[in-house]
Amino acid sequence: MDNKKKKVVVPIGPYHPLLEEPEYFALFCDGEVVVDVEWQAGYNHRGIEKLCETKSWDQITFLVERVCGICSTSHPFAYVNAVEDLAKVEIPERARYIRSIVGELERIHSHLLWVGLAGHFLGYNTVFMWAWKYREPVLDIFELITGNRQSYAMMKIGGVRRDVLDEDIPVVERVLDELKPKLEMLTQAVLDDPVLSARLKGVGVLTAQDIKDYGAVGPTARASGVAIDVRRDSPCAAYGLVNWQVITCQEGDVFAKAVVRLLECFESVKIIQQCLEKLKKNRGPIAVEVREIPPGEGIGHYEAPRGEVFHYVRSDGTNRPVRHKIRAPSFVNIPTFRASCLGQTISDVAIILAGVDPCYCCTERMLTVYDAQSGRKMMTGTDLVRLSQEKTEKIKQKMGKNG
Amino acid sequence: MNDHIGDLIQKRFTEKIKEVKTHSSHRVYLTVEKEDLLAVADYLFREKGARFVIASAVDELNQFEILYHFSFDKEDVMVSLRVRLTRDNPEAPSLSGLIKGAAWIEREMHELFGINFVGHPGLKRLLLPEDWPEKVYPLRKEFFMTEKKEG
Repeated sequence: MDNKKKKVVVPIGPYHPLLEEPEYFALFCDGEVVVDVEWQAGYNHRGIEKLCETKSWDQITFLVERVCGICSTSHPFAYVNAVEDLAKVEIPERARYIRSIVGELERIHSHLLWVGLAGHFLGYNTVFMWAWKYREPVLDIFELITGNRQSYAMMKIGGVRRDVLDEDIPVVERVLDELKPKLEMLTQAVLDDPVLSARLKGVGVLTAQDIKDYGAVGPTARASGVAIDVRRDSPCAAYGLVNWQVITCQEGDVFAKAVVRLLECFESVKIIQQCLEKLKKNRGPIAVEVREIPPGEGIGHYEAPRGEVFHYVRSDGTNRPVRHKIRAPSFVNIPTFRASCLGQTISDVAIILAGVDPCYCCTERMLTVYDAQSGRKMMTGTDLVRLSQEKTEKIKQKMGKNG
Repeated sequence: MNDHIGDLIQKRFTEKIKEVKTHSSHRVYLTVEKEDLLAVADYLFREKGARFVIASAVDELNQFEILYHFSFDKEDVMVSLRVRLTRDNPEAPSLSGLIKGAAWIEREMHELFGINFVGHPGLKRLLLPEDWPEKVYPLRKEFFMTEKKEG
């Protein structure tokens, strides 16, 4: 794409509350059709990898928790896996269950958050309200067992920092029991809705080859029939000790991505329930003491709600790493937009972009549409969402349904 | 798969693998010359169906290292190809022609470490702002966090 056209870009923002991520998409359009996508990032680049080189091994657990607010436990999870790989530490069984419980609770709240946002993009604000309402008790559980609704500080090299109390277990079980029928209702509502099918099926398709080319991960990959899931492929914590399934779909469109996420919530509930049962019987310690990290290198990965989180650490035997590389799932998922958006209409782009659930951390998102001929700015992110909602409305009217 | 993937690669490339470090049955580090990087990466990615995870560059003061991490998900093995680059002229062949997903991380290593990737279609900045000064590479060890970016 001609760089001169890019020069006339006037950024909109800096805050856009629709998605959590500070990034900037430039869509180049020919009439209604998207012909090219450009992406600019770095608005929230905080130099965390550099900062890690100045922190002690223990401090980094807290630091990487702040890479992302939504998947806040996934980064420390992958990080402690990496350090434990380096130092060859085996964690106690009880710690395994607690890690998985926290990880899966996070997946439920993150997926519900996405379902809500996706609903909003499509003009289904009831779905938005429902999903976020059902997400709320999950955050309450977090507060109960970790003390925090976000950034739980549960991970620790060698185990977990805090035990799950016996008296809290029935509360968690009750919330999960109540959550399940609501999840079923929500899932059925999405699956059965003819308007949603018309709106999302065949939209933003990624093939299995696209997934391989870009190295995409998580629900984005699994919705295209690529059955990869770090929890099964490289079982850490308790994932090898409980029964659950990797959810896949074949279609690769936005609908498939929604189905994968919704069904994964049920698997997460299953995992948590089994872990809670095990916790009742297993009374061991929750951590082993790790005093020194030997020289060497370690790799840890974990399946965050959006896909694999990857951490690489290198130690020279001091109390800080000499290098810490972090790769969030969005880093490999976002480039797939070039495969999924081109040739689609603008009214579908909002939901395609949202389809991979892009996220590093927080705050803003900017979205601007350019006319391919003139390079003139035509629309902002808000306009795109409005377009998307209008398209749903039109389909509804065609089908004779009331909004 | 009967043979461990680390052994398979060694058998296939024999003398091209300069150094082997088997940290565990799940983690193998193989050092290759940068001239052989594309051939080995092609074997891993195309022939063996490995997933390209990411690349990590490391500043070792006297040289740079890049580790290209490839995951064999079914076998639960992470193979990391290690390439060493001289510090005065850090340059490596670009993998982006082979793996689309390598384009971004090469741009990132380019701007943060000052490593040049030969054959990359658009080696422009990914994360750093446009007004960031030229030839200032924040992930190099000589760059300190307190340093003013103008200076």
